[in-house]
Amino acid sequence: MKTKTKLQAPGQSLSLGRRIIQFRELYLFLLPGVLLLILFNYLPLYGILIAFKDFKVKLGILGSPWSQPVLKYFNRLFSMPMFPVILRNTLLLSFYSLLAGFPLPIVLALLINSSPGKRYKKIVQTVTYAPHFISIVIIVGMINIFFSPSTGIIVNILHKLGLMSGNLEVLMTASAFPHLYVWSGVWQSIGWNSIIYLGALSGVDASLHEAAIVDGASKFQRVLHIDFPSILPTIVILMILNSGSIMNVGFEKVFLMQNSFNTSMSEVINTYVYKIGIKEAQYSLSAAIGLFNSVVNFIMIILVNQLSKRLDQGSLW
Amino acid sequence: MKTASKKIKASGSDRIFNIVNVLILSLLLLMVAYPLYFVVIASISDPKLVATGRVLFYPQSFNLEGYKKVIQYSPIWVGYRNTIFYTLGYTFVSVMVSMLTGFALGQRKLPGVNLFTGFFIFTMFFNGGLIPTYLLMKDLGLYGNPLIIILMGAVSVNNIIIARTFIKSTIPGELFEAASIDGCSYTGYFFKIVLPLSKALLAVLVLFAAVGQWNSWYNAMIYLKDENQMPLQMVLRDLIVIQSAMSSSTEAATVGGDAAAQVYLVESMRYAIIIVSTLPIMCIYPFLQKYFAKGIMIGSVKG
Repeated sequence: MKTKTKLQAPGQSLSLGRRIIQFRELYLFLLPGVLLLILFNYLPLYGILIAFKDFKVKLGILGSPWSQPVLKYFNRLFSMPMFPVILRNTLLLSFYSLLAGFPLPIVLALLINSSPGKRYKKIVQTVTYAPHFISIVIIVGMINIFFSPSTGIIVNILHKLGLMSGNLEVLMTASAFPHLYVWSGVWQSIGWNSIIYLGALSGVDASLHEAAIVDGASKFQRVLHIDFPSILPTIVILMILNSGSIMNVGFEKVFLMQNSFNTSMSEVINTYVYKIGIKEAQYSLSAAIGLFNSVVNFIMIILVNQLSKRLDQGSLW
Repeated sequence: MKTASKKIKASGSDRIFNIVNVLILSLLLLMVAYPLYFVVIASISDPKLVATGRVLFYPQSFNLEGYKKVIQYSPIWVGYRNTIFYTLGYTFVSVMVSMLTGFALGQRKLPGVNLFTGFFIFTMFFNGGLIPTYLLMKDLGLYGNPLIIILMGAVSVNNIIIARTFIKSTIPGELFEAASIDGCSYTGYFFKIVLPLSKALLAVLVLFAAVGQWNSWYNAMIYLKDENQMPLQMVLRDLIVIQSAMSSSTEAATVGGDAAAQVYLVESMRYAIIIVSTLPIMCIYPFLQKYFAKGIMIGSVKG
């Protein structure tokens, strides 16, 4: 019966069952990706339950009793003295990174694009992209070696210039942590992040520049009034995208840069989840923190996507 | 003087612009390149001269002690072997999944294609988080299994979207209709036509996956326990992050006599390790740079 009604549908010559059989190979193509996502992304979702349960490893996720009250671990989270600290540190690192790391690649792209020498352009690009390929482990290792208190190159140069005597204590100073974190990040990615703007700049209509030259515009004026406005849409979109991940400070670099002296500034949400979850096995509490973070991220992404739709740049997906 | 033609005035200000431009770029070039250059010269100089700040511009008292130590330190080579194995496996799985999924999701006529697309895209919005995933992997017995390094994160929705966009925009759909009249199945079409026509895309996907896996350590730290399975970056982490953090808090006390020489040698070994572990990527990178840049541009085109 079903096939009959389907057959009558206009424009459809085959039943759904037949069409599925016809496309069976394509379903097989999708199979590996679907299986991997189920294993690593969908199955863990039901583990979120433990944020609402008194999780005991022996009893398993389903066997563990519901916590009394259900939001016990969230209440505990919000009343923890550590909670405002990790929230502040997370937001501080995000905003600082965005403030320092966002405009500089734009400036670099405009400079490279308007640079007079072609060969020199290529050299600048090749060199400034390079740090992007160095692993975080090596970057943090380099920071530790360079800023080493008595043997590092920074302390040696400062001694030579007579700007300082004694040991350099930057690595042991909590207030220096955000600066080290952010500016090493700028060092590593300024070149790489400029690529997308260079791509947008290469699409600028050459006749605009020719017309401006005829009108007597200087090179600086042309950068300001032609190049910059033409990459403005790209800038806006990337700005919005970046602010969507404001609660998501990458775990790896912060974790590697942490030491016993700087935790008051360097403990962020992700590192704290790891510490109390994996290290101290307080599974329910750390799952609650993780869930709180995921939900905030989720809301941010949705908001950001709505915003970029509103700006008529098309959605991200 | 005021009557000088506009053109000359303009070219004068342009000359200043060019000079300032080159100056700023040169300064940046120096700031990016010098730390890298310094690691190279420090790794081949006398450790004591490096530690006391006498090596700044060129190597002094050529010395390969650091490299000798590194070569004799077997965990590095175990890590190297593991990383090569993980990188090959992960790159293969990740690129195949991206291509197969991207191709299939690009077929408009496939019943349920929007459902599947949603299924993939949802994972970009939301995930269970570290603890639920960790507990599940323990339950399933995947904890401590090297397979987890190869499979976890192998599905990159970003890459799938890139693949779908690329295949859709470069390979016309009529090609399949023509091929299917000649009796070609989707499988044959994918391997004989789509893959060979997507070389630029494949290069990009392979490079991103390989570099990402080469530099990664997070999953290994969480999900592996056996020292012999650790990738290179985990070994490096122990050597140059954890130990240098420890030594920097104690080094002030130990400097003097033999202990000082020991500290210097360890420093020199760290420079050598950085070179040894980063060299493979730094050597191939300039030749592949245009593909990396292209990858970013393909990725920025929305499908």
